[in-house]
Amino acid sequence: MRAVRLSVVTAAATAAALTAVTGCTEKSSAQGDDSVIAVTATDTKCEVSKKEFPAGHIELAIENKGSKVTEVYILFPDDRVVTERENIGPGTKQTVTAEVKAGDYRIACKPGMKGDGIRQDVKATGGGTTAKRDPRLDAAVAAYRKYVQAQADETLPKVKVFADAVKDGDIEAAKKAYADSRIGWERTEPVAESFGDIDPKVDVREDGLEEGQDLEKDWTGWHRLERSLWQDKKITDRDKELADLLVKDLTDWQNRVGKAEITPTSMANGAKELLDEVATGKVTGEEERYSHTDLVDFKANVEGAEKSYELLKPVASENDTALTKELDKQFAALDALLDKYRENKDSYEFTSYDKVGEDERKQLSDAVNALAEPLSKLAAAVVVK
Amino acid sequence: MAEQPVAQEQQELSDQPEQPTGTAEEPAPAPVANSTVPSRRSLLGWGGAGLALGAAAAGGAVAVARSADSPAPAAESGAAVAFHGAHQAGIATPVQDRLHFAAFDVKTDDRAEFVQLLNDWTKAADRMTAGRTVGEGAYGGLAEAPPDDTGEALGLKPSRLTLTIGFGPSLFDRFELREQRPEALLDLPKFPGDNLDKARSDGDLCIQACADDPQVAVHAIRNLARIGFGKVAIRWSQLGFGKTSSTTPEEQTPRNLMGFKDGTRNIAGTDTAELAKHVWVSDSDGPAWMAGGSYLVARRIRMNIETWDRTSLQEQEDIFGRDKGEGAPVGKAKERDEPFLKAMLPDAHVRLAHPDTNNGAKILRRGYSFTDGTDGLGRLEAGLFFLAYQRDVRKGFIPVQQSLARADALNEYIQHVGSAIFAIPPGVRDKDDWWGRALFSGKA
Repeated sequence: MRAVRLSVVTAAATAAALTAVTGCTEKSSAQGDDSVIAVTATDTKCEVSKKEFPAGHIELAIENKGSKVTEVYILFPDDRVVTERENIGPGTKQTVTAEVKAGDYRIACKPGMKGDGIRQDVKATGGGTTAKRDPRLDAAVAAYRKYVQAQADETLPKVKVFADAVKDGDIEAAKKAYADSRIGWERTEPVAESFGDIDPKVDVREDGLEEGQDLEKDWTGWHRLERSLWQDKKITDRDKELADLLVKDLTDWQNRVGKAEITPTSMANGAKELLDEVATGKVTGEEERYSHTDLVDFKANVEGAEKSYELLKPVASENDTALTKELDKQFAALDALLDKYRENKDSYEFTSYDKVGEDERKQLSDAVNALAEPLSKLAAAVVVK
Repeated sequence: MAEQPVAQEQQELSDQPEQPTGTAEEPAPAPVANSTVPSRRSLLGWGGAGLALGAAAAGGAVAVARSADSPAPAAESGAAVAFHGAHQAGIATPVQDRLHFAAFDVKTDDRAEFVQLLNDWTKAADRMTAGRTVGEGAYGGLAEAPPDDTGEALGLKPSRLTLTIGFGPSLFDRFELREQRPEALLDLPKFPGDNLDKARSDGDLCIQACADDPQVAVHAIRNLARIGFGKVAIRWSQLGFGKTSSTTPEEQTPRNLMGFKDGTRNIAGTDTAELAKHVWVSDSDGPAWMAGGSYLVARRIRMNIETWDRTSLQEQEDIFGRDKGEGAPVGKAKERDEPFLKAMLPDAHVRLAHPDTNNGAKILRRGYSFTDGTDGLGRLEAGLFFLAYQRDVRKGFIPVQQSLARADALNEYIQHVGSAIFAIPPGVRDKDDWWGRALFSGKA
């Protein structure tokens, strides 16, 4: 559930923080001035050196001249994040690169890392210099888009079963339907999270609430209901409202998910992010702290990552055979390990995570690391060289 | 830290955007990425004295730093210790200030894959001990991929980093190595008072990272662990913040957390005769692949700090058999005076640990103090991470610990809570050699 955003376009932030220490002046780009946009952030302003630039590879040369730590974003017009750089300290410089298509964007600085930020409308012009892509990668993106939509389409009826059980006040039926209602979401979570507004409504955990947010009033989504069912052991009128709200918010997801920005790189990095989700939330048992259905999410995350991988594999295996061989092996090893925690391979009835001992959790964690490390190299194997 | 900006030059020579690194001292000699620029300062010598000691050390395990691309020696701390030699560095090497020690479990059953890992690790260790980044460096590479090096040691000196590998008994249950397991690599017996936590004990492999800068040591373990994912997984690891032993007799013996100098009569890193007798495995000891190696015993020894601090000075000094100020043995004036054992109480620590009490048994100690915060009861989770190298544990650690565990007055204030033993293979000779080659190739 972390606020991880899908890297919808390839983005890399480079740590130029050393500049301040060494007194080096910020470099100019070796790539020609057209693609470099200087961003000067202060506590009250967000100045950009140009408002129009050619589409393709761009670089933001950010300097924070303010007194507060800031963040800089490139946003789509509907506020989806293209890329971002957080924690830019006063007096420091950072560089962010991105690959953008022609169109309108906004650059936003957030002094104090709060609020909507100070925004500048910018435009990427022309067809850009994006190299021609391997048609197999276009096919992979199209197939993945279909998969993502299908996951949402299949999830909604399951969410309705869950919501109806809550509204009927049937705790046992709701418990039974809970984990199943989350599978499609968990398989495609990075895409869903690229719409910054849906994830906090449906998948935030108790510890994800901000200071001043109220547990009763402000906490919505699956995990609020999870707590009611397993911890509070009662369904309130508020829970029944939340059940309807969950259906509404996920319908919004279903309607929008097909339009997400998807690239081969974002698929590859999304696969890695799914394993990050496993490593930080599921292996520790934090995600499903009341229901202990973590292994269901775990499996769904791995399945989603495997889907991206299988679609990218024809190209990746040509560019890096050793990598795909290793990924085949580590996916198989992790799948086999997970299978030990369910009786039937066709079922998503996994062992309750509170019954999984420390030694077993270490084994799972080792297997996740073994897969995630090579998976972090998949994006490089599908990049147009 | 008078850093010269060199990145400007690099940018013009590179078609990739390069960040200023603030790390390289000398003007870059050629078009370079950070993988080829020494990312940590290239220096010779360790405070002058160290240079002499290093150069004279046994088997070239310690020697002056690289290198071809840093012609100007600088008499400053933080030099590089040579990675190649007849023995692994990090044993006779003058003891560095900081430690990160990691034990690993092997996760693969594929011998070729494991051998490849040993090769990859050797290359990375060679680079890191010279103050360089691993692989293609920490930045400047493909934007879509994570960098090879994790980057936190950029701008830091080599800091006399040494990386020392060891093979645990359980490794020999794998890869058809059973016949190769040395007799001396036995499972340690249980000693009275042991309260060993399995989660902090044993391991198929170990890597000892010692450096004068803790971040350099942690960087090394972190990057080796990362290279190892899928093949090996960290089983446990221990940070040490202060050395408790010295292998350089000219130095004061550092104090342990009890405030005492202990291990005064350590084997000196320059004493080739003593090293040959007590530390290095000889050709005739067997097996052949261990010639030039050693055996390491690691013990996590928790100290009951709070009760110790309430103990009277007289009792503290009686327990050790030394005075607290100078560290002199009972009845003597100076730390390094020959102890008169009979003047000490029969259960005094020095008396029981002395070679004369243990048939001449001597070990090379290289331990570090640790404090892992506090335990749930508000007590310091602190003690000594004891590291001892020896030619044969049956004539080294085992007899000494048997006599200590039975009778040492110190036992009231300490408890052994972790334990491991490793066979330390000989040194990596040159660029073509790799950690464990003699064991895995069957050729010495």
